[in-house]
Amino acid sequence: MQQNPSQAPAIELINVSRRFVSPTGKSLTALRDFNMTVEPGEFVAVVGPTGCGKSTTLNLVTGLAKPSAGEVRLMGGPVNGIDPRVGFVFQTDALFPWRNVIDNVMAGPLFRGKSAAEAQRTAKDWLARVGLSRFEQHYPHQLSGGMRKRVSLAQTFINEPEILLMDEPFSALDVQTRTVMHEELLRLWAERKASVVFVTHDLEEAVALADKVYVLTAGPATVKSVYPIDLPRPRVVADIRYEPRFIEYCRTIWEDLRDEVETSYRRASQAA
Amino acid sequence: MTDTPLDSTAPIFRAGTSDAEIEAAAFKVIQRRKRAVFFWQIVILVGILGIWELASNQLWIDPFFYSSPSGIIARLYEWITEGTAEGSLWFNLWVTMEEALIGFVTGSVAGVLVGIGLGRNQFLSDIFSVYIKAINSIPRVVLAPIFIMIMGLGLASKVALAFIMVFFVVFANAFQGVREADRNMIANARILGASNWQVTRTVIVPSAMSWIFASLHVSFGFAIIGAIVGEFVGARFGIGQLISIAKGTFDAAGMYAAIILVMIVTLIAEVIMTLIENRLAKWRPQQQNDMQ
Repeated sequence: MQQNPSQAPAIELINVSRRFVSPTGKSLTALRDFNMTVEPGEFVAVVGPTGCGKSTTLNLVTGLAKPSAGEVRLMGGPVNGIDPRVGFVFQTDALFPWRNVIDNVMAGPLFRGKSAAEAQRTAKDWLARVGLSRFEQHYPHQLSGGMRKRVSLAQTFINEPEILLMDEPFSALDVQTRTVMHEELLRLWAERKASVVFVTHDLEEAVALADKVYVLTAGPATVKSVYPIDLPRPRVVADIRYEPRFIEYCRTIWEDLRDEVETSYRRASQAA
Repeated sequence: MTDTPLDSTAPIFRAGTSDAEIEAAAFKVIQRRKRAVFFWQIVILVGILGIWELASNQLWIDPFFYSSPSGIIARLYEWITEGTAEGSLWFNLWVTMEEALIGFVTGSVAGVLVGIGLGRNQFLSDIFSVYIKAINSIPRVVLAPIFIMIMGLGLASKVALAFIMVFFVVFANAFQGVREADRNMIANARILGASNWQVTRTVIVPSAMSWIFASLHVSFGFAIIGAIVGEFVGARFGIGQLISIAKGTFDAAGMYAAIILVMIVTLIAEVIMTLIENRLAKWRPQQQNDMQ
């Protein structure tokens, strides 16, 4: 337990590299000399070309993966295994299909040794917040994609993570639902400011949500540039996209990102 | 249960027909179709049995080898009312069932435990995979004489054979089921705070469950095969022994009668298994189509 969290950044990646070794012994570098700092309560978005290693950065922060070189620090301390202060929202459905909605949401507190009664009480509370109180007894397959995503959010938020990692969480949703989910996410986040790392390939999404946008290079990924997004909060995601400053941000960052996307595309087509 | 599209046999409605009327008509069509299927199933059964009986009666086929439905029913009736050469039919049936059930339960429990254990531990599974493959390539029935020699003519040798037949099927499925468990789901559980044991209990076992159940369906049949083959090779009682005696006395009706008994028992077990599975797997979306 680290005291004095106000001083240390919530997440620090210092000169981190991550290599994968295939069973035949060939190595592949996903991340190289990667540096990132996320302050407490800051919302950081990470954009980069497909397959450049965006998700790898998140796995390093969760403790599911270890860096090959460099250091990952959470709240000023080193990462040792899976940190209980971390919450993770997955790109694909990671709900347990054999559990109904409320049992899915209760999973976190129960895993962490809370009593069933208390877990149920907080789960009901969170389901009410994401507007799914009427669906407690439904199974995931009976819900729409947007509703399942809300269950995932409730499942993650119930543990009250200080660090929230999101791996393209809304990429599978249709555009209208996605906008609704953005509002929902910002609302939940504003209640209890966690430090967020939000990985996405959607630049507008990144600019609309984040305080800071990291642009990564084509793999092996390293930080190309960092853009602070100085748009006022609370933001209305549905409207913000028509503001001149928003468009200006998108254009600037896209200029930067485009080279990397083209490099990545060229390599993919050469490999094929 | 299933949604059936309103096909061409359904009447075409004038505009303004109420939903209730359409549903009632559709329901009637479904009922009629179900009855038609059942009708044809009965017709085929009666037809085949009738031809068999007639052929045997008219000596188109030799009744000495092929018996006849009436002969088989007479033999079953005799077994039920007077008992078999080896004592009461129910006792013999029970002997076989006892062997099969014990072998089935122990074999599937062991298969599930070992399958999940090895599935969760890459190192152990790398070590043991070669042995499992080797043992798996032995046709199980060749073990019958060895088991009889070691464990004698009684219960133990048949249970052992039923066990080994069930074990590998269930093991292979449980192992595969564990391997197929969604990686994201496991990562999700771990980040939500699950310990290794909690991951196994709440993610691995439920996701392997549909694989395991698929294997349990076939493996009760395998348990019966194990018990009966064991009895062929050497036993004092049991359905396999009845078949063996019937063969020795050229009693074709007796052999068919025993086969029918085993068929009925296995079908009942299958139905029970399906009921249990449906209870356990109510979360599955495709479940509604299963029973049809």
